[in-house]
Amino acid sequence: MQTKNYISGHCVIENNSVMVNGVKQFELEHVPFSEFAKAAYKNFNMDYPKFFKMDNLSKLAFLASEIILGSKVKEGEDNNIALVFANKSSSLDTDVKYQGSIADKENYFPSPAVFVYTLPNICIGEISIRHKLQSENAFFVFEDFNAEFMTNYANGLLATNKADKVLCGWVEYYQENYKAILYMVEKQGDLNIIKK
Amino acid sequence: MEALKQELKGKIIEVLNLEDIAVEEINDNDALFGDGLGLDSIDALELIVLLDKDYGIKLTDPKAGKSIFQSVETMASYITENRTK
Repeated sequence: MQTKNYISGHCVIENNSVMVNGVKQFELEHVPFSEFAKAAYKNFNMDYPKFFKMDNLSKLAFLASEIILGSKVKEGEDNNIALVFANKSSSLDTDVKYQGSIADKENYFPSPAVFVYTLPNICIGEISIRHKLQSENAFFVFEDFNAEFMTNYANGLLATNKADKVLCGWVEYYQENYKAILYMVEKQGDLNIIKK
Repeated sequence: MEALKQELKGKIIEVLNLEDIAVEEINDNDALFGDGLGLDSIDALELIVLLDKDYGIKLTDPKAGKSIFQSVETMASYITENRTK
């Protein structure tokens, strides 16, 4: 059976700018990611203080998902939205930072707050906690964005009613090089699924 | 003691990334957890590391943290009595 689903919204964050459904909504040039992320958080009037404690990968995923989910998640309802993310560097950026805190045996102070982010799917947990999602989720590590795999995975979740909607895409962060492309797939929408 | 409390407030804000809170906004007797600053269990572990790293205090009994980390006041008192650096 042919499955036809749609992208109902998408957000791209790269080069210190935020694009929502193809329109640039925010930009802050010549600043490091942490500063850009903080400015974007304030620009979109987000209110979730735990954001500041997140690592950069989670901040990136949180910003992009928050922009899309803001209008999709209904408080008090069962929001059956699956989260399916992928990237190339896993949580390597934070892994390196954590390694730095345990490298010196004479000055050995592993940080619990850094350690909790040494898995890439923690960003999915942050989003789930934020929106009280108890839905399907997965985080894959690929060399490059695998559009066919993600499309098939999202279609499968919708076809088997494991999810009513699927927020999926690419969330990559490693040492100031970053890119988030998140999009919402659902059975109704106004755009065909993007293959590339 | 007053200087230590000010120093502690700055360190708590820094290590716990409490971006929207200024040193002046934390009162000596404000609760650090629960309804106060709203810290969580990971923050508690981070405070244990702070005691060790900056004041040479190794907290071997996690249960002791409940009374030590009640407020900046209780933290400062404990540090004053037990610091090794």
